[in-house]
Amino acid sequence: MNVVVCVKQIPDPADPGVLDPETKTLKRDMKLILDESDSYGVEMALQLRDDAGEGDVILVSMAPHEETNGLRTALAMGADSAILITDDALAGTDALGTAKVLAAAIGRTQPDLVMAATESSDGYTGTVPEQLAELLGLPSVTFAKAIEIDGGSATIRRQTESGYDEVQVPLPALVSVTAGVVEPRYPSFKGIMAAKNKPLDVLGVADLGLTADDVGWAGGGQQIVDISPAPTREAGEIVVDEGDAHERIVAFLDELKVL
Amino acid sequence: MGVGTIWVFAEESNGAVASITLEMLAKARELGDTVEAFCGVDGDGLAETLGAHGATAVHATGDLGGGLAGPAVAAAVAAAVEAGTGPDVVLCGTTYDGRDVAGRLSAKLGVGVITNVVDLADDGGSVVGTEPVFGGTTNVKTTFTGTGTQIFLVRPKSFMAEASGGGSAEVKPLAVPDLGATGTARVTDRFVEESDGPKLDEAAVVVAGGRGLGEAANFEMIEKLAKQLKGAPGASRAIVDAGWVPYSYQVGQTGKVVKPDVYIAAAISGATQHLVGMKGSKTIIAINKDEEAPIFAVADLGIVGDVHKVLPKLIEALEAR
Repeated sequence: MNVVVCVKQIPDPADPGVLDPETKTLKRDMKLILDESDSYGVEMALQLRDDAGEGDVILVSMAPHEETNGLRTALAMGADSAILITDDALAGTDALGTAKVLAAAIGRTQPDLVMAATESSDGYTGTVPEQLAELLGLPSVTFAKAIEIDGGSATIRRQTESGYDEVQVPLPALVSVTAGVVEPRYPSFKGIMAAKNKPLDVLGVADLGLTADDVGWAGGGQQIVDISPAPTREAGEIVVDEGDAHERIVAFLDELKVL
Repeated sequence: MGVGTIWVFAEESNGAVASITLEMLAKARELGDTVEAFCGVDGDGLAETLGAHGATAVHATGDLGGGLAGPAVAAAVAAAVEAGTGPDVVLCGTTYDGRDVAGRLSAKLGVGVITNVVDLADDGGSVVGTEPVFGGTTNVKTTFTGTGTQIFLVRPKSFMAEASGGGSAEVKPLAVPDLGATGTARVTDRFVEESDGPKLDEAAVVVAGGRGLGEAANFEMIEKLAKQLKGAPGASRAIVDAGWVPYSYQVGQTGKVVKPDVYIAAAISGATQHLVGMKGSKTIIAINKDEEAPIFAVADLGIVGDVHKVLPKLIEALEAR
């Protein structure tokens, strides 16, 4: 059971950074961490590999300046190896460009299953999994809550507006995983030490058979025409609770005619 | 000058046309010379409502026999585009299926998707999408530079649905080409999770809880209060990720966008991720221990206090009425 997990290394959400006014891209010169959204896919992949009793969990990531901090976290959790694509040409790459890069990297592996988060916590476009599946020619099931592998196929619970669908899909397939569905393990000390020696291939765009025109601003076909502050909301009344704040809430709800 | 032909992805919810579809049609009427719909189901059941909201035609694949909408509908639209009978602009809702269709179509046509759009405007024949970033403090406007199909993912509740008084939309077949391996996923069973009370994204009152509740069992207070106010319970991403409540409860950038009359945020600090999902609420009440919590900057009434003390008293006071 070989599972490829797409992971993103992002700025710490507690310090989300700013747009560079010159390049109109997110400044990413700080240390990046493993996107928490991706830790669920990593955990599910580890469980599937362990249940199967054989195979590898392979991480694939695209990041600037050879950042590996987030990948090391996932390797320390138990993933077997990683492929990092890093290249100056990638600046400004949109979701489709990202999918092209990931698809080319995944093409170097033989996955039974490709996993991704439903969306990243920073860009949150949420289209990469489907774009990737299409480029790889794979069936896909998005918003998975649970995955069971049975021989050459997977049974997946897919979130819907009113509950969930049970979906059956032959492998190989792509599955995007909803946050919060498993408890991601913490890397152990042993895992952290082992992660230092696990294979981590660093590739450039040309290594994948792509050119600078496929990615970056050139590949995106979009342009930002305006960046402006959004209208703000005014802060209202502040009440410090001295045991009777609930009465103010009740009165307020009364004024609003909610009660 | 309009922006040519706009196709809106039509979805069903409990047998009725989904609100997001009608919201997009209302905006599409302002922008497009021709407004039509497309769907991955039989179009007959939707044609009257879609027509009444301004779609002159509905391009329908017919029943997909358990196949997922994403690959089938996207392949069908891509084939129409390649045959010269497709749209100039495609609008899909930021929904489970809408995202699949937009993503697949994007890769098929080799064009990007402008996502998380909360507003659309015509700029000399091309469509400009507005996306809020950094917790809704900044608006970024993006447009396509090429000549291909322009695909947008629109967030629910961005526009007001409004009937146009049109007659039933004409149902036209939308042929699905051979999908190969991409079409092999099959829905084998559907499960509906029963919930009493209104749906989170439609409720007039939403009571949401966050990490400051301390433990999963305390979410009961949120549910009780929501029930008393005939509202829906919601949650911050933190407690969804912690597994206290299902993903469907999540209010935020990556969850549901809500615009109720009253939003009560209990023990939610107001991370940017959460603010994006609830800032459009008409009135916001926040209860938080930390007087510096960002949620107070958007609250009409901010209570600096411990939810474990305030909520039980509030629930009791409401019960006594």
